Amino acid sequence: MRNAFAEEITTLAQTYSDIVLLAGDIGNRLFDRYKESIPERFYNCGVAEANMTGVASGLATNGLKAFTYTITPFNTCRCFEQIRLDICYPNLPVTIVGTGSGLSYAGLGATHHSMEDIGILRTIPNLQIICPADQSEVRLSLRAIYESNKPTYLRLGKKGEPKVHDNDPEFKIGQAIKLWGSGNIKILGVGNTVDLSIRCHNLLKNKGVDSEVFSFHTIKPLDDNLLNQIFNENCYCIVVEEHGLIGGVGSAILEWANDRGFETNKLMRFGGPDRFLSAVGSQESARDEIGLNAESISSKILNRMRSV
Amino acid sequence: MKNRNDLKKLSNLVRFEVLKMSHAANAPHLASSLSCVDIITVIYKKILNFNSENISCASRDRFILSKGHAATALYAMLNHLNILSREDILSYTKRGSLLEEHPNPKLPGVEAATGSLGHGLSVGCGIALSSKINKSNFETFVLLSDGECNEGSTWEAALFASAKKLNKLTAIVDFNKWQATGRSQKVLGLDPLVDKFHSFGWDVSEVDGHNHDELETCIKQKNKDKPSMVVAHTVKGKGVSFMEDDNNWHYRIPNQSELEKAKRELNIK
Repeated sequence: MRNAFAEEITTLAQTYSDIVLLAGDIGNRLFDRYKESIPERFYNCGVAEANMTGVASGLATNGLKAFTYTITPFNTCRCFEQIRLDICYPNLPVTIVGTGSGLSYAGLGATHHSMEDIGILRTIPNLQIICPADQSEVRLSLRAIYESNKPTYLRLGKKGEPKVHDNDPEFKIGQAIKLWGSGNIKILGVGNTVDLSIRCHNLLKNKGVDSEVFSFHTIKPLDDNLLNQIFNENCYCIVVEEHGLIGGVGSAILEWANDRGFETNKLMRFGGPDRFLSAVGSQESARDEIGLNAESISSKILNRMRSV
Repeated sequence: MKNRNDLKKLSNLVRFEVLKMSHAANAPHLASSLSCVDIITVIYKKILNFNSENISCASRDRFILSKGHAATALYAMLNHLNILSREDILSYTKRGSLLEEHPNPKLPGVEAATGSLGHGLSVGCGIALSSKINKSNFETFVLLSDGECNEGSTWEAALFASAKKLNKLTAIVDFNKWQATGRSQKVLGLDPLVDKFHSFGWDVSEVDGHNHDELETCIKQKNKDKPSMVVAHTVKGKGVSFMEDDNNWHYRIPNQSELEKAKRELNIK
């Protein structure tokens, strides 16, 4: 995803002269093409994320659209207050780009995990939150964000994520993308777990159970139409995210459903536990440790279906 | 208003307005506002290039009151400039009023949401950088408190401004030697503040923060490669004898008789 981001932000910045890219001393060589073609609109802000966020705000007050880029926890948890006060309170078109989200950097240890970012950021008014599923969605979401002119958090994986879309889908902020399948089990994949959601769908299919998979790329604003359809039709709503269960996307949907008086016993949330993950090795083994794999999820879905 | 005495009179009027607002709204941070009144007076009357009838004009110089708790001093000056009305001032802290105890970015003349300390210099850096990118000519000024120099983000911004050669950025520290609960030197050892900013790559000058002529000269000095820092030595509670250098007035509210006494000292008719 990060390569797709670098390519697309370069193309966009070549087209639109109001884009400024700020990086927190990261992306060695990643932005070479950007820096060569538009050096006057690229700034390495050093390992000083709070200041980088404030600088982005200052740029935006004067008509520029700033993108801040660094590893997710440093660009979110570390500068929560700058995002809240410098960007969202005055409602400025700044995009916080977090790379290596969730457990992308599992092996680097809990310092580099981001299992809380959505939970804290979705509490801030005015902020859009977008989690693209693959390279294609990264490119499309960037364009949509640019046009939206709103404060945005863009949550990326790292690199080598499987392709979800063969062709570019229609991408609208706040509107999940239906991938394939049918039936009353709706699996909502979030960002880098869309591929995992597809594997769940395949496993269920092997057991004769139909399901429908979505790329649920926008966390704020939530896709009211899709959620209304799911809950009105009393479908299973399966949320799969590489984020802690506390405050995550499943949690947001649970709140959404409860606020509207829907039953939630067919809502299932899959994400991280309320503990720091240690010695987890690769992203895949980290997911295994917390049961975030197709076997575990599909089996829990089947169990729930038997008990409801 | 070019005359030295007129400027002094204006500072006293602003001071009395600050006192009245604190008294009427039962709102604190009085002494912090009083200490920076002379700086704000000089900034608005001698330095800033702006049109009060078109305060959002893109070519205007920018001023950020990073020590947002001194909002009443800013409000009183914006009222003097007819950017805020008399009615606005009377609405301070009331329900429905944008004149809160810290500047709301929706207010005309307010460039950034401040109040949480340590934000203004970074935002100022971004504004100064935008001026560079857009090849504009305006200047950016940021007023900090000494307590605010406790914040790590202030020093992140100090590094950034120097590294990116933001020569159209000027910061002023209202160095009144106090923060909310103690002497700033005792709390986190700010001295030597001038040397600190100098070593961070700024062009630094020191000034009596209540001397309008000196302030004007210092703030106007520019270095073509560096951001400028003016360390303005001030007295907390300046202008009212029984408030000067008494940190109780960080939170205390003046009663009616104290207000009257202050009025006489400020020579307000």
